[in-house]
Amino acid sequence: MTLDLISVYALWSAIALYAIAFVAFAFDLARRSAEVAAAADEAAEKAAAAERAAAGEPVAVKALASATVGSAGAGKARPGRPAGGTLTLEEDHSGTVTASRSISLRIGVALSILGFLLHLTAVVTRGVAAGRVPWANMYEFAMTGTAVIVAVFLIILTRVDLRFLGAFIMGLIVILLGLSSLNFYIEVAPLPPALQSAWLVIHVFVATTGTGFFFLGFALTALQLIQARREAAGTALSAKRFRFMATLPSSQRLDNLSYRVNIIGFILWTFTLIAGAIWAEAAWGRYWGWDVKEVWTFIIWVVYAGYIHARATRGWRGNRAAWLSMIGAVTVLFNFTIVNLFFKGLHAYSGL
Amino acid sequence: MQALTRPSDYVDASSPQGEPDAPINAPKLGFVGALRFAWRQLTSMRTALLLLLLLAIAAVPGSLVPQRSSDPNGVIQYFRDNPDLAPVLDKIQMFDVYSSAWFSAIYLLLFVSLIGCIIPRTKHHYQAMRQRPPRTPARLNRLAVHREQNLSGGSTGEAITAARDLLKKSGYRTEIYTGKDGVASVSAERGYLRETGNLLFHSALVLVLVAVGFGGGFGYAGQKVVVEGQTFVNSLVDFNSFNPGRFVDTESLPPYSLKLDKFDVEYETKNINAYGQAIDYTAHVTSRDVDGDTEKHQIKVNQPLRIDGTNVYLLGNGYAPKVTVRDPEGNVVFTDSIPFLPMDTNLTSQGVIKIPDGLAKQIGMIGFFYPTAVEQTSGAFASNYPDLIYPTLSLNVYSGDLGINDGVPKSVYSLDTDKMTEIAGRTIGKKEGGTAPLKLMPGQTQNLPDGLGTITFENVNPHPKKDDYAGSVARFASMDIHRDPTQVWVGIFAGLILLGLLTSLFIPRRRVWVKATEGADGTVLMEYAGLARGEDPGLREAVDNIAERHIRALGAVPDEAREGNVEA
Ligand code: HEM
Repeated sequence: MTLDLISVYALWSAIALYAIAFVAFAFDLARRSAEVAAAADEAAEKAAAAERAAAGEPVAVKALASATVGSAGAGKARPGRPAGGTLTLEEDHSGTVTASRSISLRIGVALSILGFLLHLTAVVTRGVAAGRVPWANMYEFAMTGTAVIVAVFLIILTRVDLRFLGAFIMGLIVILLGLSSLNFYIEVAPLPPALQSAWLVIHVFVATTGTGFFFLGFALTALQLIQARREAAGTALSAKRFRFMATLPSSQRLDNLSYRVNIIGFILWTFTLIAGAIWAEAAWGRYWGWDVKEVWTFIIWVVYAGYIHARATRGWRGNRAAWLSMIGAVTVLFNFTIVNLFFKGLHAYSGL
Repeated sequence: MQALTRPSDYVDASSPQGEPDAPINAPKLGFVGALRFAWRQLTSMRTALLLLLLLAIAAVPGSLVPQRSSDPNGVIQYFRDNPDLAPVLDKIQMFDVYSSAWFSAIYLLLFVSLIGCIIPRTKHHYQAMRQRPPRTPARLNRLAVHREQNLSGGSTGEAITAARDLLKKSGYRTEIYTGKDGVASVSAERGYLRETGNLLFHSALVLVLVAVGFGGGFGYAGQKVVVEGQTFVNSLVDFNSFNPGRFVDTESLPPYSLKLDKFDVEYETKNINAYGQAIDYTAHVTSRDVDGDTEKHQIKVNQPLRIDGTNVYLLGNGYAPKVTVRDPEGNVVFTDSIPFLPMDTNLTSQGVIKIPDGLAKQIGMIGFFYPTAVEQTSGAFASNYPDLIYPTLSLNVYSGDLGINDGVPKSVYSLDTDKMTEIAGRTIGKKEGGTAPLKLMPGQTQNLPDGLGTITFENVNPHPKKDDYAGSVARFASMDIHRDPTQVWVGIFAGLILLGLLTSLFIPRRRVWVKATEGADGTVLMEYAGLARGEDPGLREAVDNIAERHIRALGAVPDEAREGNVEA
């Protein structure tokens, strides 16, 4: 069996594990929804009971009705945790439920780690088979890029509990990796002279890592927007849609998290832009020429600069800034797919 | 104070979310008032944001429609394919997006706004850096991060000096205050570099734009196709094309010459999947300066030659078959190596040969060169390998008027056959008595039709071998020679952008206060509080750390963190 073939088998096994991890994570979200529903019922019951029993004590009633619900039963009131960010971001924990420990969540994480090890094996064997870095065509970008996303996700897990993102991350990884393995696979080929440069190693890897952070920022922002809607609609636990959201951090904390992830992405992207210009100077004789790929790298950069500004602009902080982060993620995806496949330019390295 | 440093609609990360918009101040009456109002609007965060988003949107069309600057042939093709739409698009500068009036307007406004933003902030930042840290708030327990600890004794004065020394050592600027109630405290602030970084970042953006602008005016770019064995001189007349900046003195280009000694190509031969893919190009050149000193160099893709303030890049290559044409008496009327443009990865190449003088009629030839020719079922040829295994030159010959007598320059790569007749070629070859395209391998000679003379496809290998055509046809390299005097500056400023960005996003700006209050029972209440300015996830940890180190330094043991009331 050739190394390249081992790589392919490892990759498909990784996809399978990720898919099962996705199911486990999704199961966890469903379970959270059920817990929230149970907590809601209990709260309603208690409130009603309190009303019946103590009509003369409105204060107590009010406290029970609005406060964090599951001080007993399945959910437990979420203890105040440091906002982790900026201080004045006081968190309003009303309407939140702390999910109980879940086996499916742990299975999800364990399978993600296993999947990642196989994924890494696929990347490394591909690189060894090719005798160079494994990111020189679309298939390899997708393979290495998704590995970086999972790595970043797993590393962040050791510092911040973002396990609730598992279903989103794994779902998207399975789709991205599956589609690109099916459509973009090509056999190992040597590098054309234009790609023989140390910048291939640096520029492309940093770009890929930046994409990984933007991708995580996207997942967090999407949750933030859903959470913000839930909060705006009142945090009644009996709300039917996205029940599991009650077990997730507040929209404000999600906003802070996605900002932190996005600015790391932005810094990496700034470096990508500069390194790309240096490479373009050596390979094409000019550092900037508005080639299609350069244009889109620039657009992404400007959109995220806009996002950072929006977060510091009155009237834009919050949801509007979040939408800019979403738009940024769309431009990143567009750059990787549509631009690589259908636009004509000097960066003709999709290998297809 | 905030309003002075930053645009009036700036909010920092410590402001609550969803804050209502500030009422827009109505302009004061009068011209100056209106101007001031307009300026404030232009330098507001909202305008900067709007312009940034506009810039992103405005950049999009340039990726959808071919641009004259990067893809001139694409533009020509676009005009051909969309004869109705193209002129309309051209009117609104869609083929020159990045130099268009509207794109320029957006980024120039953005940079005016940027400069209008940087200057007052720089001034204010300079003053802020020389100011003392602000007075200690009366009630520290109102701050977001706050912890306290009772010490069983000791002097408040000693505790405060120790706190100041500790904060100083941790990089804070400190000031000791005594409150109205006589309680001593240290006020400390750090992270001025954050603002410095932000200003550096934004200033470097301006500098990059300025440097790019200058580079455009004082630089030039020229293209030259050089065949192996030929020499190219860095002067205006010798370029195939030349684009100077507005302020370039084209008479005084650095006077050096380059000879292309040899052009080496390496092909993949082991990997079946990529068989024949080029894996290395090397141009071996010899430079000669004004004094006649020569030096040997190599130029590769990704490895330009830096010489005399110019850069020489290797951008393309191909074959340049050498042909010699003789009249019926055997006199040479033409001999030259003609660069053929590659059309596919196996280097099927096309070129044009023009013989204006010396024969009975003017003739023009459209040639196809196949480094490894194979005949397809259709009878046409193709190349199936890029190296010289079975090199074949196929020529369609036309006679008549080349159209070059009126002095209008014609591209060397195209032949205008309007006033010419085909005398050998695929079309005419199919007719009765017509001549098929002339087919030649290196070293072969054939008669031209109509008794016009002969044509020879020269084998340029000095020691030609039978059945081994390696080296039989010369290669050419297309070189770009650029001078960009500000390129290095653009690089330096780009580095500053990155540096400023890192500093401004990762250095936290925070204030910390330490207060010591003497209790009635002789105990000392220590309070530690912090306030973030901007995004600062590590504030709590920093305050805890200071508190613990301070308490230990005083010889006590820190309590468990007693958190402030805000987030509990
Ligand atoms: C060329 C256009 C601009 C670009 C690409 C840009 C980009 C950025 C970026 C990436 C940041 C975050 C990094 C940092 O804090 O240093 C930032 C921050 C900032 N920019 Fe700009 N900027 C531009 C123009 C402006 C203008 C015109 C203003 C003034 C109205 C401005 C005001 C600010 C402010 C106040 C911050 C700090 C935001 C914060 O505290 O989070 N910028 N800008």
